[in-house]
Amino acid sequence: MTITRRNFLRRAAAGGTAAVAACATLAPSGAEARESHKVPENAVGLLYDATLCIGCKACMSACKEANNLPLEDTIGEKLWDTPLELSGKTYNVIKVYQSGTMENKDKAENGFAHIKRSCLHCADPSCVSACPVSAMTKDAKTGIVGYNKDACIGCRYCVAACPFGVPQFQYDTPKPEIAKCQLCRHRMAEGKFAACAEACPTGATIFGSYASLSAEIDRRRAMKPGEPNLFPLRTPDSGDTHEKAAPQYVDYVYGQKDAGGTQVRYLSGVAFDKLALPMGLPDRAFAADSETMQHTLYGGMILPVVALAGLVTAAWRGSKNHHDDDDFDMFDHPEGGHK
Amino acid sequence: MVNHPIPSQVASRLRKGKAGPAAAIGGSLVTPFTIVLAVLVGIALFFLAQRFIYGLGAVTNINNGYPWGVWVVWDVVIATGFACGGYAMALVCYVMNRGEYHHLVRPALTASLFGYTLGGLSVLIDLGRYWNFWHILWPGYAQPGSVMFEVAACISLYIIVLWIEFSPAFLEHLGLKDVKAKLNKVMFFFIGLGVLLPTMHQSSLGSLLVVFGSQIHPLWQTPLLPLLFLLTAVCMGFAIVILEATLAAVGFKRDIAGELPMLSKIGKIIMGILVAYLVIRLGDLMVRGAIFKVFTSGAKSVMFLIEMAAFAYPIVVLSSPANRRRLSKLLAAAISMLTGAVLYRIDAFLVAYDTGPGWHYFPSVPEMMVTIGVIAIEVLAYIVFVRKFPILPGHSTPAAAE
Repeated sequence: MTITRRNFLRRAAAGGTAAVAACATLAPSGAEARESHKVPENAVGLLYDATLCIGCKACMSACKEANNLPLEDTIGEKLWDTPLELSGKTYNVIKVYQSGTMENKDKAENGFAHIKRSCLHCADPSCVSACPVSAMTKDAKTGIVGYNKDACIGCRYCVAACPFGVPQFQYDTPKPEIAKCQLCRHRMAEGKFAACAEACPTGATIFGSYASLSAEIDRRRAMKPGEPNLFPLRTPDSGDTHEKAAPQYVDYVYGQKDAGGTQVRYLSGVAFDKLALPMGLPDRAFAADSETMQHTLYGGMILPVVALAGLVTAAWRGSKNHHDDDDFDMFDHPEGGHK
Repeated sequence: MVNHPIPSQVASRLRKGKAGPAAAIGGSLVTPFTIVLAVLVGIALFFLAQRFIYGLGAVTNINNGYPWGVWVVWDVVIATGFACGGYAMALVCYVMNRGEYHHLVRPALTASLFGYTLGGLSVLIDLGRYWNFWHILWPGYAQPGSVMFEVAACISLYIIVLWIEFSPAFLEHLGLKDVKAKLNKVMFFFIGLGVLLPTMHQSSLGSLLVVFGSQIHPLWQTPLLPLLFLLTAVCMGFAIVILEATLAAVGFKRDIAGELPMLSKIGKIIMGILVAYLVIRLGDLMVRGAIFKVFTSGAKSVMFLIEMAAFAYPIVVLSSPANRRRLSKLLAAAISMLTGAVLYRIDAFLVAYDTGPGWHYFPSVPEMMVTIGVIAIEVLAYIVFVRKFPILPGHSTPAAAE
C-alpha cells in the first residue's frame, strides 16, 4: 500500500484532534498560576543592620563553632580564619564595601559599610523547588530552609538556582556536601537560637520571630537620623540594649519583597547593590514561575497521558495499515512499510 | 579507515544501489581508528579515577559561581540532543506514518541508544554524591516539583524504551524468533512511548533554566524555553541522521545513493522546523522587548548573532531543491544546524548565565578529556554494533545476506 497525500493528511488530522483535545482538557488547570509562597505565620528570621555592624566577625567564629566548620586560609599565612566569600567551609561571612578614602562609615562616597552574607531563608526558595530529591526543605512552621546530606545527590542545581549565590558545594572532597546556613535549627532544638545573633556584640544581627523583626524594622525606619535611640542585642525583646545615634537608612528593606521575600532582612546606610545583594529581583519568586510551568505541562499527568494515547494510536494504525499478518516486524519490513 | 577488510561478498552486496533490509556489515574491529578511540577512553579513565579519589575540583574547573560545566552541558544537555535521531525518525516514520524513511530508523536508533545510555551514565560522573543517585526516582525522596526530577525520570525511562525498541536487532542475532514476534505485536506501544518521553525531557532541559530567573540573560531567558529546546532537539535529530548516513558511507565505504532521496526530504523538514524556530525565537524577543539587547550585550550579543547565523544558513541552503539533492549541501546545512543547536545550549546554560561578579568558567583539559572519552566510547560502541548486528540498511536480498 502506498501512502497518498490524502491518507497522510487524514492521519495527521486525527493526531491534531487528539492534541487539541489534550490542550482543551488542560486549559483550566493551566490557567492556575502558582502564587509565590508566603512567609509562614510562625516563621523566624534575622535582621542585619549594616549601620550597627563594626566588622568584628564574632558572628563568623560563632557560626564555625556552632556548625563544626573548619577554618579557611585564603592568604597562605596560616594565621587565622580568612574566608573571603561563602564557601564549602563557611556559612556566614562579613564583607566590606569600600569607596575612596573610606573616611565615613555607612556612606557610599569616600566611605565603607559592612554586609553579612548568609542564607536569606526565602519565603519561596529556588533551591527547594530545584532540588530533585527533597534534600533542601522549607520547614512549614519556622520557615527555615534546611539541608539533608543523606538525601542529597550532589547535582548542584540548588547552587546554580539560588539568586543570592548561597548554597556552596564542596569541590575538594570525594564525599561532598552542600554548605549553607540553616539558621542553627539544631540549636533551636536545644532551646537556643542562631549563634551569629547570640555572639553579635552590637546588635547588628538579631534573631527573632518574623513578626517581631518586622516591628523592629518599622521602629528603626521611623527614627529621626542623629537622635539617640536604643538598639536591642541578640533578640528584639532581650531587654539588653545599647544607645546610639539613629543612622540615615536608605529607603529600602532588603528581603521584604525581593525574589518573593526572605526571612533574613537587611537595613543599611548604603544602597544594597553596592553591598553585593542583587537589586531588581521581581516580587514573584522564580520558583513560582518554574512550578507553574511544570504544573501546566504535567499537572495530573493529563497532557502526557493524552499525548501518549494519541501517539500509541498513531503507531498502532501505522503498523495495522501496512501489515495485516501476525508476522509484522516493525523494524524489518522491507521496502519501508510497503508490502 | 583504509584497513577495513570488507569481505568480498559483503562488498559486492554493498555496491548495489537499492536499499534492502538491515544487515551486519562485518569487518575487523581493530583498526587504527578504533585504537585511537580506545586510547582516548583510557585517558578519560585516568582522570575519572582522580575525580573519584579527590573530588570534582581535582579534575574540573567548575566552581560555586558556575556549578555546572561541560559534564552537564555537553555530556547530558547536548549529547542527548545529538541522540535525538531515533526520536526524530520514529516521529516521521511511525507516527506521521511515512514508511519510506524506515531504513534510516535503525541506524538512528542505534546512535540514540548509545547517546542516551552514555548520557545517563555520565550523569553519575558529575553527581557529587553519586551513591545516592537512586533517590531521584524513589518515593519519599523524589520531588516532582523539580524540573530535574522530570528530566531524570524521563531520560531513565527512555533509555529502557530505547533498548526495548532496539532489541529486535539483538533477538535476531540471538535467534529468539518467538520472543521477537511477541514483542513486535506490542512494539507500537513502545514506539508511542519512545516519542512522548523525548518530547517531555528535551523540552524540560530548557525548563531547567526557568528557575534561574534573572541569572539568565534576557536574550535566552523566556517562558518559551521548553518549546525552543524541543524544536532544536527534533532538528538536531534530523540533522544527525544526515551526518550519520554520510559518516557511515565514508567510514564503511558504502554507496549512499539509495538513501539520498530520503535525506533530501529530511533536509526539507529541517528547513521547515528551523523557520518555525526562528519565527518563535525572534517573535518572543520582540514581545518581551528584549530584541533591543541583541546588539548591546557585548560578548553575549556576539554569541547570539553567531547562533542566529548558524540557524539561518541551513534555511538559505535548503530552500533550493537542487541543493537538497546534493549530499555536500545537505551535509553543510546539517552541520550548521548542529552548530547552532550546540551553541544555543552552551549559550543558554553557560554564556547567558551570570551569577554575580568575579566568577569565571572554562573547562580544564582533564575535564574535556573525560568528555572526549565518553564520546569515544560512544563511537566505539557504534562501530562494534554496526559490524556485528544488522543495523545499517543492506543492499541486497535477505537470502544473500546469510
